[in-house]
Amino acid sequence: MNTIDLIKEKYQQSQSNNGSSLLTSLEQDAFQTFTTVGIPTVKHEEWKYTRISGVFNKEYAFNPESLPGNVTASDLDPVRLPGHAEANELVFINGLYAPSLSTLRSSSLTVLSLEEATKGEFRDTVLQQLGQSSRYIKDGLNALNTAFAAEGVFIHVKKGKIVEHPVYIYQVSDARSANILAQPRTLIHVSENAQVIFAETYATLGLQESFTNQVTEVVVEQAAVVEYYKIQNDTAVCSQVGTTHIRQVGKSLVNTVTVSLNGAVVRNNLNIAMEAEHSESHFYGLYFLKGDTLVDNHTVVDNVKPHCESNELYKGVIDDNGTAIFNGKIFVQKDAQKTNAFQSNKNILLSDNATVNTKPQLEIFADDVKCSHGCTVGQLDEEAFFYLRSRGISEKAAKSLLVHAFAIDILEHIKPEPIRQYVDQLISERLEFNFE
Amino acid sequence: MLSIRNLHANIDGKEILRGINLDIKAGEVHAIMGPNGSGKSTLSAVIAGREDYEVTEGEIEFMGKNLMDFSPEERAGEGIFLSFQYPIEIPGLTTTNFIKTAVNEIRKYRGQEPMDAVQFLKKMKEKMTLVNIDQSLLSRSLNEGFSGGEKKRNEIFQMAMLEPRLAILDETDSGLDIDAIRIVANGVNKLRTKDNAVLLVTHYQRLLDYIIPDFVHVLYKGRIVKSGTKELAYELEEKGYDFIKAEVEQGA
Repeated sequence: MNTIDLIKEKYQQSQSNNGSSLLTSLEQDAFQTFTTVGIPTVKHEEWKYTRISGVFNKEYAFNPESLPGNVTASDLDPVRLPGHAEANELVFINGLYAPSLSTLRSSSLTVLSLEEATKGEFRDTVLQQLGQSSRYIKDGLNALNTAFAAEGVFIHVKKGKIVEHPVYIYQVSDARSANILAQPRTLIHVSENAQVIFAETYATLGLQESFTNQVTEVVVEQAAVVEYYKIQNDTAVCSQVGTTHIRQVGKSLVNTVTVSLNGAVVRNNLNIAMEAEHSESHFYGLYFLKGDTLVDNHTVVDNVKPHCESNELYKGVIDDNGTAIFNGKIFVQKDAQKTNAFQSNKNILLSDNATVNTKPQLEIFADDVKCSHGCTVGQLDEEAFFYLRSRGISEKAAKSLLVHAFAIDILEHIKPEPIRQYVDQLISERLEFNFE
Repeated sequence: MLSIRNLHANIDGKEILRGINLDIKAGEVHAIMGPNGSGKSTLSAVIAGREDYEVTEGEIEFMGKNLMDFSPEERAGEGIFLSFQYPIEIPGLTTTNFIKTAVNEIRKYRGQEPMDAVQFLKKMKEKMTLVNIDQSLLSRSLNEGFSGGEKKRNEIFQMAMLEPRLAILDETDSGLDIDAIRIVANGVNKLRTKDNAVLLVTHYQRLLDYIIPDFVHVLYKGRIVKSGTKELAYELEEKGYDFIKAEVEQGA
């Protein structure tokens, strides 16, 4: 069956199964948007360089139909991140949360289905916050995910608690017998004075293809601290479009690092809405592409309130036929005086067929702000290359050292030691050179 | 050790070296002097294997091997070291890591086992004292934010670690004050043995007060136009390069 028809069928099913849900109207509006707007094409300004429509020309099993159960805990062992024995592990199979495969170690952490969360103490939070990302991402894919929002998950971090064990999120597609279309949906609420670290990774089991259409919304309250690390190193036939929408509704601190190493088409939307005075956010990205991988990072920083500070640095190394897109927007709204917002994107092309499209944008409506943006695209420095070789270092090792040196100021922002080492290891493997 | 015969080299179609002949034996120190644009740095770069230059004629033989077939890293493996006039800054790569990689890559080239961490640290300590360089400098990114003197000292430290047969010091004195020159020269002198050789490339005579050459050659318009002992350097210092130019023009 054609994927769009399948989606429609599944939508009808899920609507009749859910009965009277508080999320029904949100889902119905979203589905309406999806049918009107459709899948974005390259005519859409925000999708100019990223052709996603091809992904929908394949046949998929859509998430509810392949429920968790076929995946065992041992299937997950290769997926688990280092340090998992000391982590909370949240496992999603084909987009759906799998409690039986997950491990919660921290009592300050609550995980519920969104449907369930609308029935208790979190009702108002969910109803207010779910779907906020559609204010920034108005395309059909965000709407498509929202049309099935009730199947998603609500994660709550208790007020005043430091979650000592990091939260590892595994997005697993079980593509051993069919192509998988997965739509994970998460709303994360980090309460006042809470601190939490998330690390999310993606894996497809089996040889078939997968497409993950994800939306994660994060609400950060007063004096909370959130770190969010995303590692994308799935197989080369797997695509994903993901939106991470972070609202800093209280004065808070957010750090994110997005590392993209493999995949077919990978699109990351990262929105940071700085809605409280004196908030701070740092977001970093590293993409290191080979083969035909396309990675597209679209970021938005919206400074709504005064005295906020944001730093953004995305760096990329593109080899083979790889394509990278960076589109960074900083908005400074009229009331957001004394904003400090910095943005930079730096790229190195390692092959003649590598491509990068980079577009930094600033829109400032306030008059007392410090903002900067810029981008560079270049090749490995010939002088540096000769310098290393003149010291006896082979071409391959010299290239590895230079690429590694270029990436290191992103890696050093990955604060948890096991995760940083893990990413460093992945990069060394890619460079086929061990630095010891 | 090094034998250069009728070396011609171009960059972007422009001939810079126009028939260089030079012989260096183990244990010797040679100085190449000459006015700006005479081809001094080109000669250093061509010996080290820089690929921007095209060698159109002649040959370079090192320890009995024809160097023309060797890549820069292979030349380093054979024992050639070039101290750069402008050492490169590489943010994100620590000096220690860089040198460790270089030492082990050269060992690999020579079919030796890599040095383990203990051996390596021991050697580092020893050479650090020798060239008077501080540990804190070595844990920083390579040359990043180093002063001119620190960069040159780092070059000499690398030379100490790599123990080359032939060290080419390209304008090592440029941009240094007299104290820095003394420290750098001191390092070079300590590294001299009867088995290695030094080629000093310099515009001024002052470095030669600290590293005493056995031979001085004057390079002008891509040729060695005069050779002599260290007295030639004093003569140049006194009279300037004009007298050489005049001699050459007369001869021509």
